[in-house]
Amino acid sequence: MTDISRAEICIVAMAECFRGDGEILANPIGLIPVLGGRLARATFEPLLCCTDGEARLIADDVTFPGPESPGGLTSGDGKTVEYWNPYRSMFDWVWSGRRHVVMGATQLDRYGNQNFAAIGDYGRPKVQLLGYRGAPGNTLNCTTSYWVPKHGPRVFVEKVDTVTGVGWDRATELGLDGPARYFDVRRVVSNLGVFDFATPDHRMRLQALHPGVTVDEVVAATGFDLVIPDEVPTSRLPTPEELELIRETLDPTNLRITEVPEPT
Amino acid sequence: MSATVVGEKLLGEDDVVAELRSGMTIAIGGWGSRRKPMSIVRAILRSDLQDLTILSHGGPDLGLLCAAGKVSKAIYAFATLDTIPLEPHFRRARESGAIADEPLDEGLVHLGLQAAAWRVPFLPTRVGLGSDLVRDNPTLGRVTSPFDDGEELLAMPAFRLDAAICHLNRSDARGNAMYLGPDLYWDDLMLQAAPTGGRFISTELVVPTGDLEREGCLHQLRISRMMVDGVVSAPGGAHFTACAPDYGRDEAFQQAYAASAASPEAWASFRAEWIDIPESDYQRKAGALR
Repeated sequence: MTDISRAEICIVAMAECFRGDGEILANPIGLIPVLGGRLARATFEPLLCCTDGEARLIADDVTFPGPESPGGLTSGDGKTVEYWNPYRSMFDWVWSGRRHVVMGATQLDRYGNQNFAAIGDYGRPKVQLLGYRGAPGNTLNCTTSYWVPKHGPRVFVEKVDTVTGVGWDRATELGLDGPARYFDVRRVVSNLGVFDFATPDHRMRLQALHPGVTVDEVVAATGFDLVIPDEVPTSRLPTPEELELIRETLDPTNLRITEVPEPT
Repeated sequence: MSATVVGEKLLGEDDVVAELRSGMTIAIGGWGSRRKPMSIVRAILRSDLQDLTILSHGGPDLGLLCAAGKVSKAIYAFATLDTIPLEPHFRRARESGAIADEPLDEGLVHLGLQAAAWRVPFLPTRVGLGSDLVRDNPTLGRVTSPFDDGEELLAMPAFRLDAAICHLNRSDARGNAMYLGPDLYWDDLMLQAAPTGGRFISTELVVPTGDLEREGCLHQLRISRMMVDGVVSAPGGAHFTACAPDYGRDEAFQQAYAASAASPEAWASFRAEWIDIPESDYQRKAGALR
């Protein structure tokens, strides 16, 4: 199976984030996370609900372009619609905890604090990004994971400039049995490996390396000290069934390679 | 339309602008680059209004108003053009320090509108706790639950709007209106959160009240005339944003708009060609491009 691509490894790692979630809204944002969510539902998490990226929950196991599709005229054609889910409904899922979101991050620190609002001083940013969007509410109310397609020291930083998504240190300070009792920042998947916070003080830990990646490579690409166990497992490979699903059903035009190019 | 309809509220874009004042806080409906009341925004761009505080699920409405120097403060959770992830004119305004900024989580926008619509001073939530929103937005408060749990929560204050402006697919002359696309966004709440006298909609098509239900379905009749003070007939009024199902986003136009953020000269040229012209000319020219 030497022809398995890094992108396919990442999709499987992303799918694994949803294992055990049951009948909730899997809400991955970005191509690889969306493919991971659909793969999880098509295999080991059949009860997950998935959006079409706009105002519908879709029962099919195929992947549709999101609301960023040209023209902004997505329709229900060809999709098996199971629920009308306008933006406002999203808060019903988020605030009741029936959702697992996968967000991106321009910066991420060792406790999983996320920034995608602005680089530099928030009041007068060097670079204005998206804004706080839904990150504060997501992280305090529903399970949250992150996807980082280009693992590097400018993303994995010592300290994020603005905390949009709350990390484990701040959640602990708020009270994990108090205001932060629904907090669950679960996992980070990058193009190099998988990371979690299963350490005594919830610092980020290297959970698995993608095949072909070394610990040194990850350390060099990370701007803070990761917790690195003595034995680091390798991310699991897709099963033949999963590979077929990815290649023939979920992403037949191989868009995944544009988000995670094959390492040279 | 007959002028004898009781409670008729038809007016033009410039009549809406005449009801607005510099320094006002104005909510703009739609979401990102979708179903934005662009013809009224263009009229504001041509007016002498200034020092506006804009509350928006931001798209080119916010970007254009920033580019034209109309905005002193933005209340927002994000600003995007959808197919272009970041709103370039808004970005420029933030990075140059041209505007003040009241950032929010999009759920807090929902609660601030709902609180205003229900006339309560705030609504409690956990959203925002632990994040830097409490650092960056001084309007947010704290509140302790008066019940046994004694939980500390964030208090999202009611927005104090002076006006709200939305674009709907269909309306009658009195302001009963409907969306026909997949999402109403926050249009109804924005109109309910704004004071009487400041609630304006534009619409693709004004139809007799009796035709409304057959234009779509009952459940899409979500804007009542009790929420609306003025109705602008504006076919193509959301251009260049998406107005499903009437028309899609004009991507080529949007790209030209985004490119106009490259330099003051590029903006001046875009402005001369597309803003400083009557709306009827705009529609004719834009229609020819489509």
